[in-house]
Amino acid sequence: MNKLKLLLFTMFFATAISAQKGYDIGALAADFNLENIDGSFVSLSDFNESKGFIVVFTCNTCPYAVAYEDRIEALNKKYSKKGYPVIAIMPNNTEIKPGDSLDAMRKRANKKEFTFPYLIDKEQAVFPQYGATKTPHVYVLQKNNETHVVRYIGAIDDNYKDANKVVLKYVEDAVDALLMNREVPVSKTRAIGCSIKI
Amino acid sequence: MNFIKIFLLVSFLICCTSNAEQLEVYDFDGIEQYLKQSGDKVYVVNFWATWCAPCVKELPFFEQIQQDFKENVEVILISLDFPSQYKSKLIPFLEEKQLTSKVIVLDDADMNSWILKINSEWDGAIPVTLIYNKEQRQFYPQSFTYDALSSEVRKFVNLNP
Repeated sequence: MNKLKLLLFTMFFATAISAQKGYDIGALAADFNLENIDGSFVSLSDFNESKGFIVVFTCNTCPYAVAYEDRIEALNKKYSKKGYPVIAIMPNNTEIKPGDSLDAMRKRANKKEFTFPYLIDKEQAVFPQYGATKTPHVYVLQKNNETHVVRYIGAIDDNYKDANKVVLKYVEDAVDALLMNREVPVSKTRAIGCSIKI
Repeated sequence: MNFIKIFLLVSFLICCTSNAEQLEVYDFDGIEQYLKQSGDKVYVVNFWATWCAPCVKELPFFEQIQQDFKENVEVILISLDFPSQYKSKLIPFLEEKQLTSKVIVLDDADMNSWILKINSEWDGAIPVTLIYNKEQRQFYPQSFTYDALSSEVRKFVNLNP
């Protein structure tokens, strides 16, 4: 009886914490339907062939996000053909950050020739579900039947300043491991970023 | 020969000490001493950057706290500005604002290695603030109004002997 109580208690708290903080490793990520810069709407379920996703909460206006733009594009070039496309989501309130408007996103994407969908979380409902707090903030999802299991949360790599000085490519290492049916070596990392503007 | 050396040294000092020398730039090891000082004061450590709008908005409150609690509190502002923007953004900003609090700069790209050492709750978004004294410390992953900051600082000041 006491054990049951303890279990219920623990479950209650675990639920309360996850509701507050978004996804942890192993959580099932919700699908979404968000507007892309080309006016279409994009969902995870649109990608029949993919094995998973590299979901990146990012924007135009954060210097860290800008520092990582080319590396995000490189991730998509390398991994979309392997079944892990990049899906970028802009989470900021565009009234506070007009530089992140859909129009500005389109301009930036055209200029940088992004090949991945660059979606806007207009209702600001998706990023809190995931628990994203800053840009850039990456979630690697692995498809399992119809679900999407969170396998990695955090930074792209260990050197925002200089792509040439990167030692640990956290996202690449995670996706490579998943492609080989191995355990993700480092599943959570932290990095400085710009807080998401609500 | 020596004359040339001295000449070069002097010209280097004249040309290159102006801006970069004004900044105290450290890696995480260099910053750590500011996170665990053992003096009798209350230490208020704020992580910020010129590109972070909510950080810049609350900076005057930290300045005000430094003024209001001169005797008991030491405010340390740790900038996370990019090295490439020291000259173009950070130094002009500091010159314009004439901050009276101590400003140091953290430049350590391997962020995953040190963020957790500052606080396990910190996911990396700024602004964040750490308030501590010899006995205890509290981490604030949030923005502050002057009143909220002042009331937190007061709690620590009142605890101090």
